[in-house]
Amino acid sequence: MNGVEGFMYPNEIALQWSVLIVLYPYITGLVAGAFILASLVRIFRVEAVRPTYRLALLTALSFLLVAPLPLQFHLGHPERSFEMYFTPHSTSAMAMFGYVYLWYLMAVLVFELWLDYRAEIVQRAQSTKGLLGLLYKAMTLGNYNISHEALELDEKIGWIVTLIGIPSAFMLHGYVGFIFGSIKANPWWSSPLMPIVFIFSAMVSGIAAVMLIYMATTKMRGLKIDVACVDAIAMYLFYTFIIDFALESLDLIHRIYEADESFRSLDFMVHTKLYIPHIVIQILLGTLTPLVLLAITQLVKLPERLRKRLYVIAGSLIMIGVFAMRWNVVIGGQLFSKSFLGYTTYKMHLISKEGLLVSAGLMLLPLAILYVLVRILPPWHEGENQVLAEGAK
Amino acid sequence: MSSFKNTGHLFRFAGLFVLAFLIFLGVRGFVVPKSFGQYGHYRGNAIVDDAARPMFYAGHQACETCHADIAATKASGAHAHVNCEACHGPQAIHALADDPTAHIPVKPDSATLCIRCHAKTLAKPKNFPQVDGDHSQGMACITCHTNPHSPAMDTAAKGGAK
Repeated sequence: MNGVEGFMYPNEIALQWSVLIVLYPYITGLVAGAFILASLVRIFRVEAVRPTYRLALLTALSFLLVAPLPLQFHLGHPERSFEMYFTPHSTSAMAMFGYVYLWYLMAVLVFELWLDYRAEIVQRAQSTKGLLGLLYKAMTLGNYNISHEALELDEKIGWIVTLIGIPSAFMLHGYVGFIFGSIKANPWWSSPLMPIVFIFSAMVSGIAAVMLIYMATTKMRGLKIDVACVDAIAMYLFYTFIIDFALESLDLIHRIYEADESFRSLDFMVHTKLYIPHIVIQILLGTLTPLVLLAITQLVKLPERLRKRLYVIAGSLIMIGVFAMRWNVVIGGQLFSKSFLGYTTYKMHLISKEGLLVSAGLMLLPLAILYVLVRILPPWHEGENQVLAEGAK
Repeated sequence: MSSFKNTGHLFRFAGLFVLAFLIFLGVRGFVVPKSFGQYGHYRGNAIVDDAARPMFYAGHQACETCHADIAATKASGAHAHVNCEACHGPQAIHALADDPTAHIPVKPDSATLCIRCHAKTLAKPKNFPQVDGDHSQGMACITCHTNPHSPAMDTAAKGGAK
């Protein structure tokens, strides 16, 4: 049979979960990571990364709005997906995720953004005309109280929301790992380490994404990149990445040491079908190379220009590496037979409901949403532009 | 009350949540079928709906009522545990009709039917009779296995599947 080597059970030949299911944990991971970066400012008082605080929250919101879309495209009857909200079953991990998602979207992200932007929303509601003015008026919820006391209260509530947001972000993405980790029939997925590995790789990819978006948007605005800020982000990225790398290695070593009945089959797969995406792209290109690059920036005093370039290269490689990790988990987990006697092939379509074009569109959509959000709610403060522009001269 | 003076906007945001929750409850009440949860985590009326659907399979007992001779042959052969309708297809229209002869079932084509179960694959137990594509050389299975209800044959004489 075309694309099949050895023996596959009939229901294993065609993959059930396509590239869209790769996008889903990737996008939710970016949300969780971006939020964790924002929490560095609010909870851990890391002032150096403050320029990215609002941008990180808006990035998280943009990606969170798109996170369920790959699943909707994957479903044959997407309208039925709402049934998991209306008639949730306590044994359904997916239904519980629906509530975690809603909680994170509304009670954490939207609320925190609203509290943080409220003063500006009120000012804009009073000064902007037309449709945009109406939008700002709606966003004030009819309350224009931006007294010092009210804003101080917002700050306190915002702090609490962020504090609740950190475990919520962990829940949101840990759950994605949980869904895979709890599939005991699949030895490639079934591991209690899966949620933890997913969370840390999510933090790595989210932090890298915000760093890249911050550098790109600052460049596009013709301003000078705050090097102290990207240095601090890169430092946290490096530390988080080391933990992530250690956890993934632990998972790998544990599998090799345990060497259960699936090991020979999985090992064969990693050395053949998954060699390029797993060994080359995920481990060599997406993990070891950026780790070395980030280590160099931490250990050697490099010129500012070179540091920034290394951050861009390392950040981009991390984004590719984490995507490859999601790919290897989702697609890799479906390439081998439960009989451990055969392997199938995944062929991604170009133009189909679950093809490459739809995936690329879904990956670009959060950036388009972010563009609109940034236009409505600029993450940079008034006056900051001038100061930074002068610095750029 | 002065401590609540600056909390108005927070109550409004909380109000949004309450409003969203009420809308959710309203929509839920509208879209979730009334019989949902009657017996378990499903629509109770689904049982009534399913019971009202026409029957397609009669069951082997219905076949054996009239075809006792074939049932006896089958019971003595390798196909003893294969249900009649597994090969002949759903026959409720024939078995339950007032005049079964008005709905005579079409005889299955052994050239395509038998291979559904007996095609050789690694997944089947070794002692299960399996043949590859060249075995029949284009002939219908019943050319040699003349009685499909008890398909054993003298393999040494005919040179069939080992």
